[in-house]
Amino acid sequence: MMSPRSASEKEPGIASSLADLSAIGNAEQWRDAGPGDIVAGIQPQLVFEPANETELAAVLRNADAAGLSVIPRGGGSKISWGNPPTRADLILSTARLNRVIEHAWADLTVSVEAGCTIGKLQQTLAQHEQRVAVDPLWPEEATIGGILSTNDSGTLRIRYGGLRDLVIGMTIALPDGTLASSGGKVVKNVAGYDLPKLLTGALGTLGVITRAIFRLHPLPRNILSFTFEAQNLADANRLLLAIQDSKLAHTGLQIRAAAETSPAVDIRFDGTEAGLAAQTETLRKLAGPAKETESSNKVWQARQDLFDGTASLNRNATGPIPAAIAKFSVLPTDIAAICEQVRDLARFAGVDWRAVVQGTGLGWVRLEAHNPLAIHQMLQALRSELERIGGSLVVSHRPPETPALDAWGNCGDILPLMLSIKEQFDPRKTLNPGRFVGGI
Amino acid sequence: MDPRILQEFRAVVGDRGLITSPEQLKTYECDGLTIFRVLPEAVLLPSSTEEVQGVVQVCYRAAIPFVARGSGTGLSGGALPVKGGVVISTARMDRILDVDLPNARMVVEPGVINLEVTERVAPHGFFYAPDPSSQSVCSIGGNVAENAGGAHCLKYGFTTTHVLGLEVVLPDGTLAHLGGRALDAPGYDLSGVFVGSEGTLGIATKIILRIVKRPECIHTLLAAFGSTMEAGAAVSDIIGAGMLPAAIEMMDNLAIQAAEAAVHANYPNCGGLLLVELDGPTAEVEALMQQVDAICRKCGATEIRVAQTDAERALVWKGRKAAFAAVGRISPNYIVQDGVIPRTALPRLMSEIERLGIEAGIRVANVFHAGDGNLHPLVLYDRRIEGQEHAAEVLANRILELCIEAGGSITGEHGVGEEKKMMMSKMFAEPDLETMQRVRCAFDPKQLSNPTKIFPRPRLCGEVPGKYEPHPLEVAGIAERF
Repeated sequence: MMSPRSASEKEPGIASSLADLSAIGNAEQWRDAGPGDIVAGIQPQLVFEPANETELAAVLRNADAAGLSVIPRGGGSKISWGNPPTRADLILSTARLNRVIEHAWADLTVSVEAGCTIGKLQQTLAQHEQRVAVDPLWPEEATIGGILSTNDSGTLRIRYGGLRDLVIGMTIALPDGTLASSGGKVVKNVAGYDLPKLLTGALGTLGVITRAIFRLHPLPRNILSFTFEAQNLADANRLLLAIQDSKLAHTGLQIRAAAETSPAVDIRFDGTEAGLAAQTETLRKLAGPAKETESSNKVWQARQDLFDGTASLNRNATGPIPAAIAKFSVLPTDIAAICEQVRDLARFAGVDWRAVVQGTGLGWVRLEAHNPLAIHQMLQALRSELERIGGSLVVSHRPPETPALDAWGNCGDILPLMLSIKEQFDPRKTLNPGRFVGGI
Repeated sequence: MDPRILQEFRAVVGDRGLITSPEQLKTYECDGLTIFRVLPEAVLLPSSTEEVQGVVQVCYRAAIPFVARGSGTGLSGGALPVKGGVVISTARMDRILDVDLPNARMVVEPGVINLEVTERVAPHGFFYAPDPSSQSVCSIGGNVAENAGGAHCLKYGFTTTHVLGLEVVLPDGTLAHLGGRALDAPGYDLSGVFVGSEGTLGIATKIILRIVKRPECIHTLLAAFGSTMEAGAAVSDIIGAGMLPAAIEMMDNLAIQAAEAAVHANYPNCGGLLLVELDGPTAEVEALMQQVDAICRKCGATEIRVAQTDAERALVWKGRKAAFAAVGRISPNYIVQDGVIPRTALPRLMSEIERLGIEAGIRVANVFHAGDGNLHPLVLYDRRIEGQEHAAEVLANRILELCIEAGGSITGEHGVGEEKKMMMSKMFAEPDLETMQRVRCAFDPKQLSNPTKIFPRPRLCGEVPGKYEPHPLEVAGIAERF
């Protein structure tokens, strides 16, 4: 609970608004924000943990009316993604909204509260040998609301689609206190606008996700991963495209590349033993001269490994060397070209690099250098090249000592439309102000 | 219509692109749902993005409502003209603009026919997955508007899964590019919002599609059961065994009779027919097919056949896809309904529909996408018998209410359109609908793009976003709202 002393230290206007707010919920649900609650360098004032979505909506409405800015937070594992907020008064934590509401296993759907971690959800679903077919970063911390808001799905996307393709229903709280549901708990449903897709990847700038419904897939019977060492990036890209063009039914496909090493191509299958044996044979024919190296299912952690020593709430510690991590998107045929660009730029600038690129054309790159300015310049160069060829670069993490750099880059001709949508949902710019594309 | 406006339209699309004669306009007075008819003031046939923009700009300046129309095969009145408005047909925008096989993408204009997409890439081993039953005539633009599904969306997803980006003419005539060839363009997923918005957010003029590699092997199994109940149990067991077939379709006896009468698909005459399609690597499909076979036998299948050649499969599917039209052979009139339920509610709903049909003296033929709980009850009636049409409509609506009560949806793939907008208030609470309409206000503040569809009551876009009121279902104490 906010103490009188700390309240008096805040701006007087904000302090009285905050006092009004704390009429909702009880003392254990409110606390002063501390250094561990910092959002991309900005210190919020208060943290509230609503016990249910009605409380969440009520506090959001009051904060909005009082002109306070609100930062929704799940596990906090990706809280630093996006631009730093222009204001941050109240952290609205979904920590207590953590129930799996209904696992309708025979219907292959689950309804879950936004604050439930994906790890806990997958454990529950595994009791009936099912899963949400995603493998996002830090599953023990990442919540449903967080993975949806940051659109973080993982290596399964190549087979099962992204979160947008798996979320079938959602309830959101709007800054005016409205609680609105859309979609539903059936997989096939075209009644009304598809708001779950609008909120997926919106970084909490339109509403606070309070619950979601997903379609489920059966857990795989057996899983088998293979790794091939390619001569160079072009060879790796060729193998990846050949696999995509084959009749193989893989559930994972990625290229791992780094300075001064040969790139690796990882592929994963699941299915019956007979099916796996046949696919293994087809794959080996396809891979031809590429050298098969020992593989394990651990290779699918490669994306998360890029983040080691950086990232996230309460883990602000960077490694010993300044580093940046960015997500990029290209067409699958451009993967080698863009990785070569990374390699050449990095060599020139004295930057160390590692990248993981999935068969979908989505990749993540880590840049490391003692000179953070070199990283900054390289991110800019890379972004302009990616945007030139129709791709994009979104910066998830960068060294604090570098000049300002927009996390998102160019969004084309849709900015006016996005601003209108923001105006309709959050006219006072209460939610995550300034964090999203185009200053939203 | 004001001749000056017509002159402006003519300046954009030329004489060939403007229809005003009443006889010709009649072609456009309804779509596949013929009970609603409105004669448009004019029909425009633009042949380029620029012409669509020009036409929409005229509409915007003069505040004339417009309705985009593809092939007009929709079943919910989505392309029904709006009184005093014009129809913008995309029929002349029918070019495939780009085929990029290595990246499995295509760019098409909205008037391209669904099946043509697959035909273009089939020689290279690809197909376009969404396959509504009308795929030989329906357009991609219409599919985008309705988020069309089809039999194979159980495994492959819907139109929205396969649309990566769109060029769109917004309701004020400006152009916007949503999504793109590469995934995850920075910003809101506007492509995801636009697909399925039933023409209310603008007109798509180019569509970036994802195409899919044809699997190594496709097997289709037909299993005959004594009743739909037994067939339904088999569906549950197949899903419960951890399989995700490409399609699971079910037909009841009336639907089988109709399909047989129309296309002689050589279906077994039985109470419930199940069609299960598995695809993937051959060894995998063969292993799983044995399990499906065993499950069907355990659940009481009296006859099982497996179609392995393309010709055999085509015949099996022909019967299924012709089922709607085929019902015309056994009944002078019928209503095609489109509801969705959680699959496990199927047996309960089936017996309820049967009971209601008997009570009302009306026959109901049933065709389902059983894997995903999408029902297509065909309510059969004879308009010449007094009161029967009304009774059929009442029954069709009652079936939808049952779907809502079971936790399902009023439409799985046909859309809300004109037909079901009043049902929206039964499925969603007012705050839900009001929130959806905020999206419409952002795209179309003057409410000109297909303005009377989907929502029971249009929201005035000037309204200050609503003040908080407790959600009605919260008040009712129903915490679990879905």
